[in-house]
Amino acid sequence: MVLNETDRQLIAAIQDGLPLASQPYAVIADQLGITQQAVITRLQALQDSGLIKRMGVVVRHRALGYDANAMVVWDVPEADIERIGKLLADETCVTLCYQRPRRLPDWPYNLFCMIHGRARDSVLRCIERIIDRHGLHDVDHDVLFSTRGFKQCGARYASPADQAGAARG
Amino acid sequence: MLLKNQAASFSVRVRTGRGYNMTNRLPKTGKLSVLDIPLSLSALEKCLLNEYQRGFPLCEQPYAEIARQLEVSEAEVLATLASLQQRGLISRVGPVFAPRRAGSSTLAALAVPEQDLEAVAAIVNGFAEVNHNYQREHAWNLWFVVTAPDDARIREVLGEVEVATGLAVLDLPLERSFYIDLGFPLWC
Repeated sequence: MVLNETDRQLIAAIQDGLPLASQPYAVIADQLGITQQAVITRLQALQDSGLIKRMGVVVRHRALGYDANAMVVWDVPEADIERIGKLLADETCVTLCYQRPRRLPDWPYNLFCMIHGRARDSVLRCIERIIDRHGLHDVDHDVLFSTRGFKQCGARYASPADQAGAARG
Repeated sequence: MLLKNQAASFSVRVRTGRGYNMTNRLPKTGKLSVLDIPLSLSALEKCLLNEYQRGFPLCEQPYAEIARQLEVSEAEVLATLASLQQRGLISRVGPVFAPRRAGSSTLAALAVPEQDLEAVAAIVNGFAEVNHNYQREHAWNLWFVVTAPDDARIREVLGEVEVATGLAVLDLPLERSFYIDLGFPLWC
């Protein structure tokens, strides 16, 4: 969808969260000088377009005890990648599933998924279950647990200029 | 509307046509030992954390709507969310955006000698275009995401990383996503 100036200001106004107030959309509407209904309608449109993937509680999984994180990488024949990619994506504990290029001879894997859990054991068990359930014993894979985060900042959507616009609005 | 992991982790999973009842939406006590997390969370807190990662109501009083679904007061919902946020368990109640389509990004990796890891990680962190940077257990032990307005800048950053570190970069751009983000699976 094409974003207009109001959309950009709306995104900037909500990207750090909705107000915890009885009428959060009315608070945003007042900031932007538009109606509450317009805020609600645009948010619905932004969700329908896929630009907003979801709206709700954004949890901090590490704070909630989900410390173990593994990137599991697979070397899947091209003919099977869509089928296996979708199977993995549907798994409960899988939080991302992407196809990426191989870089031979340094890197033979072309399917990546992320698995979070409260402990290394539970992540490993989850991987075993996935392999058993889908008969992936012959697919080469590797498990890369993360051991230290050096940097993590969420991808922000609105640019600083958009935010300044929202603040002015 | 249900999060995709719920069937596996909850004993009773009822969404009736009208509203929710918390007792139907939470694990039976018998499963709590498996599902419990090392935090003291109330039934309402668990419910808000687990059930409201998506589908936040788009109506004039969304918190009142959630309260109605859970048969609690709007004030309780607001106070509980504020408390979860204040304790750092949620970052916000709000939107999660799809990766920026207008830009370009890649996942990159370096194979760093163990003793140089912190220094190399600091060099990589120095690029504003890097928004995630993790050590992982593998010969390729430093993994980072580079995001920029276009491919040319991505290649430029990777080239600068190679020059600054003296190490070859593995460049693994996204070709296809199979995953639809339904929220973070809790208690699975």
